Amino acid sequence: MTDSGVNKGRRRFLVGATSVVGAAGAVGVAVPFLSSWQPSARARAAGAPVKADISKLEPGQRMTVEWRGRPVWVLYRTPEMIERTEALGGELLADPGSEEPQQPGYAGGPLRAIRPEIGVLIGICTHLGCSPLFKPDPGADDVGVADWPGGFFCPCHGSRFDLAGRVFANVPAPLNLEVPPYRFESDDVIVVGEDEETA
Amino acid sequence: MANPDKPKAERGVMRWVDDRFPATQMWQEHLSKYYAPKNFNFWYFFGSLALLVLVNQILTGIWLTMSFNPSAEGAFASVEYIMRDVEWGWLIRYMHSTGASAFFVVVYLHMFRGLLYGSYKAPRELVWIFGMAIYLALMAEAFMGYLLPWGQMSYWGAQVIISLFSAIPGIGPDLAQWVRGDYLISGITLNRFFALHVVALPIVILALVVLHIIALHEVGSNNPDGIDIKARKDESGKPLDGIPFHPYYTVKDIVGVAVFLFVFCAVIFYFPEGGGYFLEKPNFEPANPLKTPDHIAPVWYFTPFYAILRAINFSLFGLDAKFLGVVCMGAAIAVLFVLPWLDRSPVRSIRYKGWVSKLMLTLFALSFIVLGVLGVLPPTAARTVLAQLCTVLYFAFFLLMPFYSRWEKTKPVPERVTG
Repeated sequence: MTDSGVNKGRRRFLVGATSVVGAAGAVGVAVPFLSSWQPSARARAAGAPVKADISKLEPGQRMTVEWRGRPVWVLYRTPEMIERTEALGGELLADPGSEEPQQPGYAGGPLRAIRPEIGVLIGICTHLGCSPLFKPDPGADDVGVADWPGGFFCPCHGSRFDLAGRVFANVPAPLNLEVPPYRFESDDVIVVGEDEETA
Repeated sequence: MANPDKPKAERGVMRWVDDRFPATQMWQEHLSKYYAPKNFNFWYFFGSLALLVLVNQILTGIWLTMSFNPSAEGAFASVEYIMRDVEWGWLIRYMHSTGASAFFVVVYLHMFRGLLYGSYKAPRELVWIFGMAIYLALMAEAFMGYLLPWGQMSYWGAQVIISLFSAIPGIGPDLAQWVRGDYLISGITLNRFFALHVVALPIVILALVVLHIIALHEVGSNNPDGIDIKARKDESGKPLDGIPFHPYYTVKDIVGVAVFLFVFCAVIFYFPEGGGYFLEKPNFEPANPLKTPDHIAPVWYFTPFYAILRAINFSLFGLDAKFLGVVCMGAAIAVLFVLPWLDRSPVRSIRYKGWVSKLMLTLFALSFIVLGVLGVLPPTAARTVLAQLCTVLYFAFFLLMPFYSRWEKTKPVPERVTG
């Protein structure tokens, strides 16, 4: 076949138009396939808020509830724990003032909580998602620092957090532990996964 | 029906097939008339061994899917069922789990051979790139396969690796959630990893292996001297230094296969857990999202890159340490893809390169091994410094290559292979 008598402009237009329509179709078809990987309706329902009864939690103790499959720690801080945590110097911590948005606005202050004695934290290290260990006693010798004020220690890569979930400086974890949205339904019941305002 | 246009003498079965499908032609092109250099040494066993392990993985994998239950509730128990109740199930599973480690052993040795003899250099850039793509697909395949037994290390190893996505600024957390299909690693993640592990990635790997071999046979095999055997041919057009792949190298490879199978069977029968490195000890406990194992280490074949990830514990250029670590880990793999364009040496083989290349390759291999060991161990301050040093050496091998490979004095390359 020769090219004589071929309308090249029309051919180019047809090739271009077919390609554009074909590409648009491919993008359209990709949408259901890619969206199919999003959490399903059932997974979203399973991620609904959970309630925790803290009436049996003693001072100094920690309980764990599961929310969206992640461990949520509810920590009852003793006055000494609160004192030690508030006394931590800014040079020891990476983000002492909680500047990074790792907590809801109502969980402010050095203790990052609605009620200072009750801490609510997602127990997942902000480095690579391990669950740090509870090391509440000052001077624990397996944490690897002198003057350990009590807090959380991640066994995977050695990140350390204080009892308010604030990350220490010079550890792999870049951010403070996340504070989930939560509210007090009564003095003894916490709802994890729901904001104070929307209650 | 016989073709009446053909004379009777040409009506054999192969003749009939060849008229319809290039069977004889393909046999000759890729085996009986594929001329490979006659000086292949020990390092040239690992390509065919990789193919053998691939066949082993596919065959045992198909058999494992027959008894495996890809759900969060049933996965762990179904693996125990395979191990205890299915006839010979333990053997098929150990062949598969040992095969995964064996795959990386032979692939790492195969890749090191490429580095030794410059097998990535022109005109074999695409052979190298297809090979690297296989390596990448293989890592994805191994990673997804490791989640399937749904043990503690399956779960938490996947947790660490998927969190790597969330280090990407902006889209990170959403991307990680999209990969998981849930707010955490769950049965949904397990199910999709199962689909990718048994259907999608094997198809990709097989296609890439075909591309790798077609590209190789188009340009011809390199050899320990790194010289072009097609440059010197006899009067019938056959390379003087070449021998047909079949029967010469098929027979030679059988010896390699036999030795390999001795070692492979010894592991399967006597050390199927590989001392806790092939099947890690926490994986004998079912996955528990609320309990992190005390020490999480990926399987040994990922640990060099994992050590690079952990070595980055400082922020730089406004990027935080976590993201920087992920970037370095990605770069450690990505830089291999551009290797053909980093090597500016006039010779291919390490035999004729200068002392700088030899030193750098040795340091690179050592740093890769040291990183691999460090990636298994829990981090300490001293180990982190050592990992940082090895990371620098790892990248120096590649990033300085354009300079040292061009400026060093090379030895003259012989005209014929030296055996």
